Amino acid sequence: MPEYTLKLRRYSPESGEAAYWEEFTADLDGHRSVLDGILQVRDREDGSIGIRCSCRAAICGSCGVSINGRAGLACHMHLDEAQKRADQNGGTITVEPMGNMPVLKDLIVDMDAVHWKKVQRVTPWLIPDGEPPEREYIVPKESMVDVTQTMACIQCGACVSHCLSMEVDPLFIGPAALAKAYRFVGDPRDGQHFERLKDLSEDPHGIYDCTHCFNCIEACPKGVAPMSQIMRLRRIAGSDHAIDDRNNGHRHENAFVKNIERNGLLHEADLLPDSYGGKFHPRAVPELLASLPVALKGLQRGKITPKKALLHGHKADQGVKDIFKRIHSLEDRYELNLYVTGKDEEQSGAKDNDDIVEGGQAHGTPSSSSEERSPNSV
Amino acid sequence: MKVAYWPGCVSRGFTPELHGSMAKVAPLLDIELVELDRACCTGAGVIAEHNQELADTLNARTFALAQQEMARGADLMMNICSTCQGAQSECQERLDANSGYRDRVNESLAPEGLTYERGIANKHFLWIMVEEIGLDHIRSLVTRPLTDLRVGPFYGCYILRPTDRVGIDEEHPRDRYLQQLIEALGGTVVDYAGMNKCCGFPIITMNKDASLKQAGRHLGDAKDADADCLVTPCPLCHLNLDLQQPMAEKAVGRELDLPVLHLPQLVGLAFGLDPKELGMGKHVVRPTSVIDWSTSVVAGVGGGVGAKAAGGS
Repeated sequence: MPEYTLKLRRYSPESGEAAYWEEFTADLDGHRSVLDGILQVRDREDGSIGIRCSCRAAICGSCGVSINGRAGLACHMHLDEAQKRADQNGGTITVEPMGNMPVLKDLIVDMDAVHWKKVQRVTPWLIPDGEPPEREYIVPKESMVDVTQTMACIQCGACVSHCLSMEVDPLFIGPAALAKAYRFVGDPRDGQHFERLKDLSEDPHGIYDCTHCFNCIEACPKGVAPMSQIMRLRRIAGSDHAIDDRNNGHRHENAFVKNIERNGLLHEADLLPDSYGGKFHPRAVPELLASLPVALKGLQRGKITPKKALLHGHKADQGVKDIFKRIHSLEDRYELNLYVTGKDEEQSGAKDNDDIVEGGQAHGTPSSSSEERSPNSV
Repeated sequence: MKVAYWPGCVSRGFTPELHGSMAKVAPLLDIELVELDRACCTGAGVIAEHNQELADTLNARTFALAQQEMARGADLMMNICSTCQGAQSECQERLDANSGYRDRVNESLAPEGLTYERGIANKHFLWIMVEEIGLDHIRSLVTRPLTDLRVGPFYGCYILRPTDRVGIDEEHPRDRYLQQLIEALGGTVVDYAGMNKCCGFPIITMNKDASLKQAGRHLGDAKDADADCLVTPCPLCHLNLDLQQPMAEKAVGRELDLPVLHLPQLVGLAFGLDPKELGMGKHVVRPTSVIDWSTSVVAGVGGGVGAKAAGGS
């Protein structure tokens, strides 16, 4: 039986000592999970190791930890895979408690203090509009399929653990709770869409506090893609409910889109004031004054030139302007969600076979397959 | 090698030294840059947040323009901005996955006579250096090794995550290319907590305090690990880490004074180019810890920086 060294982060509040690392050895098949390894060393070597777990099958969401610095379920990571990843980084499988939450004991964090409080913050239940219908609610199938992605959440907290906005702003409502919020904003039976979105937009730690780092998408063992749900909340709040939040979130989005439609390339000198409502908007003045030292330093170094700041040489190609006009004139916003649709069969076939060259041939590119393969399919 | 080159917006806006240094380094690597001058901003995630189909269509147009260049002999498409790369990869993932959707998007490109064909090879300059040019060849081009220079890699989120979308796997450990490259150039890699984290730039107008705290924290971590400088393949990260560094210092309440280099600048230094030619005088944080300006000799002065910080505190 292969042996795996597990380096565990230990902490016992009653000892009064700081947390420390301790190594254990598990002898199990590589296809067994990191959780199996931890449970074996707990049985054989040290019964005081603390880990929370239940189903051992990636269903209950109890055993969220950080393995080799990445958040996930201990039962959802094979020992051989964890070892392979550890080999790239020092060689020992490390297991720590999740981040952004207080540690109770060893690998167990206080989910109540952070995760569940934040979930409660978004009113995570259906608030129907008016009296329920006599019989069942009739809703379009697509809208229920749409919310299944967020309903797949098992509340493990992995996304919360590695949220980089929460790392600097502990009040950020965070990925798990905001994904839960979308579950109701996307549900046609709910009657509080506007109120929910207004609340989450105006909160300085709400949807516009997400820094777009993709860590939650990476961490989620269930494909919930919390960040994508946050972007959908922003899209619906701004475009469908015209919520002009005090955090400049919607204004910034609008300013950015208009900037590109006009210039083709981003004209940074306009973006900043426009994000605050325009150069002469009362909200913009203090912000612009505050950023004056930065702008002056940029001018001094020749990074920003007065000409560049005031004029913008580049104008959008007519083709770009036409696309903006065309897409904005469509009656419905079209959104493709690969979680729902999956990928075309031909592509999944190609993915399995590394020798298949994808696309590109028609363009006369040189026929070396490595150059023609999509970076997504390597 | 000939590439259909997308420089992005910021490299021609507030970080002109990136575009400039890329132009200096490319001939040394035998890369011919064919600029996609009709293309437009990738949207940096913001246009996708506003309207997914709009972002996908604008980027499909850029891909189609690149494919025209590829028909004329370019080998692949190249970015020099992590955010461009990530935003385009996201759109490409959807466009390549679903033929019906691709047809729909191509309909919007039809008036210009453009079509996007599935499977464009689109790579960041960092990936091209490691995967197409090769570290051995890079090593052979080094005339001024970055000996004793302690460099902290700062990737930027868009080039790291989600791993499957940006093509990170066993064969392509793209999340370690910066470390490999720094070593190939003769420098020393500084391992620090912020290497794979977010610079905070996307929320600078929405939550300035949180944004600057992110930048300040990572710069501080690198400083504490005795870095002489950071290197980043993302100009947006550069804005928050360099342009905003004086503000970040205030947000985290400590002196930072840590220079941040663009990827082509670091490569150019090792290839013997003049720091001024690489636009290193355009940084807000003067790269004095990297360069002795009078002689243009690269000198790692990690001890000196540490001593200065200790003296200052």
